[in-house]
Amino acid sequence: MRETERMPVAGRLPWVLVLPAVLGLVFLVLPLAGLLVRAPWSTLGQRLTEPQVLEALRLSLVTATIATLICLVLGVPLAWCLARLSFPGRRVVRALVTVPLVLPPVVGGVALLLALGRRGLVGQWLDSTFGITLPFTTAGVVVAEAFVAMPFLVISVEGALRAADLRFEDAAATLGASRWVVFRRVTLPLIAPGIVAGSVLCWARALGEFGATITFAGNFPGQTQTMPLAVYLALETEPEAAIVLSLVLLAVSVIILASLRDRWVNSP
Amino acid sequence: MTLTAQLRITRAAFRLDLDLDVAPGEVVALLGPNGAGKTTALRLLAGLTRLTDGHIILDGLPLHHQATEKRPIGMVFQDYLLFPHLSALDNVAFGLRCHGTGKAESRRQAAEWLARVGLTDHAGARPRQLSGGQAQRVALARALAIRPRLLLLDEPLAALDAHTRLEIRSQLRRHLADFDGATVLVTHDPLDAMVLADRLIVIEHGGVVQTGAPVEVARRPRTDYVARLVGLNLYRGVATGNQIKIDDVLFTVAERLDGPAFLAFAPSAVALYRTRPDGSPRNLWQARIDGVERHGDNVRIHLDGPLPAAADITPAAVAELDLTPGQNIWASVKATETHIYPA
Repeated sequence: MRETERMPVAGRLPWVLVLPAVLGLVFLVLPLAGLLVRAPWSTLGQRLTEPQVLEALRLSLVTATIATLICLVLGVPLAWCLARLSFPGRRVVRALVTVPLVLPPVVGGVALLLALGRRGLVGQWLDSTFGITLPFTTAGVVVAEAFVAMPFLVISVEGALRAADLRFEDAAATLGASRWVVFRRVTLPLIAPGIVAGSVLCWARALGEFGATITFAGNFPGQTQTMPLAVYLALETEPEAAIVLSLVLLAVSVIILASLRDRWVNSP
Repeated sequence: MTLTAQLRITRAAFRLDLDLDVAPGEVVALLGPNGAGKTTALRLLAGLTRLTDGHIILDGLPLHHQATEKRPIGMVFQDYLLFPHLSALDNVAFGLRCHGTGKAESRRQAAEWLARVGLTDHAGARPRQLSGGQAQRVALARALAIRPRLLLLDEPLAALDAHTRLEIRSQLRRHLADFDGATVLVTHDPLDAMVLADRLIVIEHGGVVQTGAPVEVARRPRTDYVARLVGLNLYRGVATGNQIKIDDVLFTVAERLDGPAFLAFAPSAVALYRTRPDGSPRNLWQARIDGVERHGDNVRIHLDGPLPAAADITPAAVAELDLTPGQNIWASVKATETHIYPA
């Protein structure tokens, strides 16, 4: 029976559920409303074209996109291994993958410094062998964002892989497709919606990343100062600028979400 | 022999032990109830499930150590499993591409195969736009396009409605006649098996219970399952001359045989009487009516008692005899309508 055809139960709203639900919605929407109400609409256009704003926006979009691409290249195979291979310690590996999800981002930043910093475990070797320094560079921003955002992609893609019908892969194998061909021509297209959904989550998380970025990459305008860092900094000196920057971030998120939701993200 | 296989698999609650020989151009049907191990046998042949023991030899070459994608097989799955993101044409071309044929040539050959199954007009259609019968034909074309030496069909008609089934069955029969490799077909429908196969192998509980040409199996069932499938009453007893004793009832039959034997007769050969008939005809026994149901144009009466049997009589006879479940009744069968063969 469809939702609309169902008879209302006893005709009475269950207030115990509806009241908290309404409060919850207000709680989520109110801050956004505050942002819109207090926005300096008259000077908006002028503020938006300030080079610092554009610089930060460009940096944010570029780094979040590169971070998402890195997450795709590394995260999709990782998700495949977790979903398709059975190996000892798989549960441990899955737990490790989700650690950055629950780790406070600042702690993630400190951990990244210890691993990839100039005197870090791997960073030292990177520096002496290839002359590569990651911390406090734009590349560092990408690394910090990818570190924090990758679990979103892995979890989303692994879920899609587990939900996909394995028998399509069997059918492909009987037609002579090697494992790689099966993955590329059958599995990937089948889980494409899951990959897109995961990428959107991953990208959004990377765009908003603050803690790990400021710890690992610092806060240099034009180099490592992404939008969230710019917002935070502006809040102390120029609150109006902070509001404008926040509005831009909000707009970008909403536009991306809305444009992808209908086409890709399966929602009831 | 094109295919010689010894399929053994042992799992916690399941066992399969099946020897299989299929000649070139021959169609062998594995027939059996659900859970008998038919589909497992196909998956073993395809390499989708690993053998515990045994071997698979195709055209003199061992197949059992090869990965699925290296085996010269084609498989049609029960629900076809057409790739939903590819058109009908690209589904058929998929296997050709995997076998190293160029893109244009693959599509050209795929188009030929679609023409052969009469679906040229649907080449660009996605699987969800195809009807069940069309999807089945695309799946068959996809499996045959790679020119396999062994064709595996898993319940190829089970997902179709009755009308489409009739049509697709005769088309499938034609395509199988054109195919020169070995074909193994799995089904639980006796009609599909009879129409499509040259030889039947009946599996129950993971083992072979009967094998032979369809006519032979239909005439001489050897298990209750097969007897039910082909619609015969089947009993096991000991024959002496032209008599066979089943339980306490002595049957006189037309053929002569000595030793353990099966007795089979059709439900339509059974006559029912309310009271013991005069002149004491032979092959008479008393039974209780267990159930009455419609069966085609007739009515099928299920008889219980020492000799459980099915009897088909006309609706008029049902009314005349005033048959109701639970009632006791006399049943008889003519000697000329029975058939006995060694057990």
